[in-house]
Amino acid sequence: MSASNTTTITSIGAPNRRNTELAMLVFAVAIPVFAFANAGLAKHGTVPAGLAEYGLGMGLLAGIAHLIVRKFAPYSDPLMLPIATLLNGLGLVLIWRLDQEPVLGKAMAPGQLEWSTMGIVLFVVVLIFLKDHRILQRYTYISMVLALCLLIAPVFFPPVYGARIWITLPGLGSLQPGEFAKIIIAIFFAGYLMVKRDALALASRRFMGLYLPRGRDLGPILVIWALSLLILVFETDLGTSLLFFGLFVIMLYVATERTSWIVFGLLLSAAGAVAVGSTEAHVKVRVQDWLHPLALQNGGVTETAQSRYAFGSGGLFGSGLGEGYSRLIGGIASKSDYILATVGEELGLAGVMAILLLYGLLIERGLRTALAARDPFGKLLAVGLSGGLALQVFVVAGGVTGLIPLTGMTMPFLAQGGSSVIANWALVAILLRISDTARRPAPSPAPSPDAEATQVVRSQ
Amino acid sequence: MSELTLTVMRLGFLAVLWLFVIVAVQVIRSDLFGTRVTQRGARRADDRSRPPQQRQQQVQQPPRPQPQNNRQRRGAPTKLVVAEGSLAGTTVALQGQTITLGRAHDSTIVLDDDYASSRHARIYPDTDGQWIVEDLGSTNGTYLDRNRLTTPTPVPLGAPIRIGKTVIELRK
Repeated sequence: MSASNTTTITSIGAPNRRNTELAMLVFAVAIPVFAFANAGLAKHGTVPAGLAEYGLGMGLLAGIAHLIVRKFAPYSDPLMLPIATLLNGLGLVLIWRLDQEPVLGKAMAPGQLEWSTMGIVLFVVVLIFLKDHRILQRYTYISMVLALCLLIAPVFFPPVYGARIWITLPGLGSLQPGEFAKIIIAIFFAGYLMVKRDALALASRRFMGLYLPRGRDLGPILVIWALSLLILVFETDLGTSLLFFGLFVIMLYVATERTSWIVFGLLLSAAGAVAVGSTEAHVKVRVQDWLHPLALQNGGVTETAQSRYAFGSGGLFGSGLGEGYSRLIGGIASKSDYILATVGEELGLAGVMAILLLYGLLIERGLRTALAARDPFGKLLAVGLSGGLALQVFVVAGGVTGLIPLTGMTMPFLAQGGSSVIANWALVAILLRISDTARRPAPSPAPSPDAEATQVVRSQ
Repeated sequence: MSELTLTVMRLGFLAVLWLFVIVAVQVIRSDLFGTRVTQRGARRADDRSRPPQQRQQQVQQPPRPQPQNNRQRRGAPTKLVVAEGSLAGTTVALQGQTITLGRAHDSTIVLDDDYASSRHARIYPDTDGQWIVEDLGSTNGTYLDRNRLTTPTPVPLGAPIRIGKTVIELRK
């Protein structure tokens, strides 16, 4: 009897999708080159001088990253690298375009290109040296200490534009440790919740449809909450504090499947935000700007209002790259915090939606990786990393569009900022590593010594 | 630079950006993976809906290759398939011989399973060709669907026989 009509449940192994990735990557490099030519033509009437170098450089970086993925993570997700490359490339073009406005300060695109190169180098290093994401599980509590150090360190440095989120290394420049802490704390949460999730999920009483955890199990969430409030008070940075608390609540919810954690998280963060927002001076200013964007400051409206004007004047299809008036946003952060306003003005609603969808796809691939991952640590880590990315996009996009008070965070990959781009490339590398493990076809079982016994025995 | 060229480039850029998004979604569509259930559910439903008398009438028919979705013609089981467990995928043709299951090395199917006894169960055809499963006094029992076997029991087509972590089915 042939086995051809055997009906069984077969697992469809995810095929190796490296060629798809390569095709998407070529596409992802071509789009920013096109955008660069477009911006140059609009701004100066000629194709920008560095176009070929820029295209070749981007192509080279993307090609190296692709070859490394092909070699070291052959079964990983085919979309993350192209999407990250596209966002990074578009970010470089937008920064170059803003560099053409002399009022916005010195050129930052070359610097950002260097940071992106370093980001890809870190991406390659992570893929080569992190053979298995479960190794990170060993460093659960070390990562906690490290993340706390990174979070607390900026308190000892002078505030930059009102927020203490920078540490300055003499001779090396400054960096935002919060971006790296985002990854490290996700590792800690994943390791911690993997061990504790049963206690957090099962030891609870039911009250009004909500599972109320025991008082002693509430400890960790209260500690993290207090910590994020301390960040808010001492570093005066809403974004970082929101990111860490939100990340913890997301991972707690995913680990325990209890909606009550989300309710508690929202209540606690609302209470904390109101308390700090009405007392702390710097945060108060941000909240006032958010509530009253048209209030006059120094003879003009607030930056928040300016960025909303930018979105409004962009309309549906935008003014075209290089033809907007992003210089009028003024302020200090038009290349980092407000870069989405430039997208909104020059690419319009259609462009903003495409960019947000790209982030959405990147996050979706991360969550898909979490679904496919077989080990609980990998699942939680993938959820944590993509959840952190999602929160960051929400905080920035929400701040720029006026949904929540603006805070000093960067749009991952798109915005100017060295720490951000490096940390996010590392984040994508870890996600690719988890997805490579998750999608790797199961090894064929070793032939058992008893295999000969499993055969037809004819008694006649 | 003429206004027209710039407008074309501006809209062209948006189109290309959206094209990337759409292609990415297509890649996700073609990238679905996981498990695929092949016919088994449909076939079991067929078997349940079929009255047992009809099954016994058909038992005598010789096995023959059949179209897979044909509801009309059904034959006796022609093979025994290990659906789950470490031996998943193993098939044994049913040709009227008795099949023994257990950890003993002379069993037809040697179960590498902590919950299996050395001589755990046997599956044999009775006089009119109906396949019967019988527990041979095993420690942890043999289950047909969800019921622990106490007596020799006829095995319907596609019903799961459970021994420890191993699941066995008779199929056409």
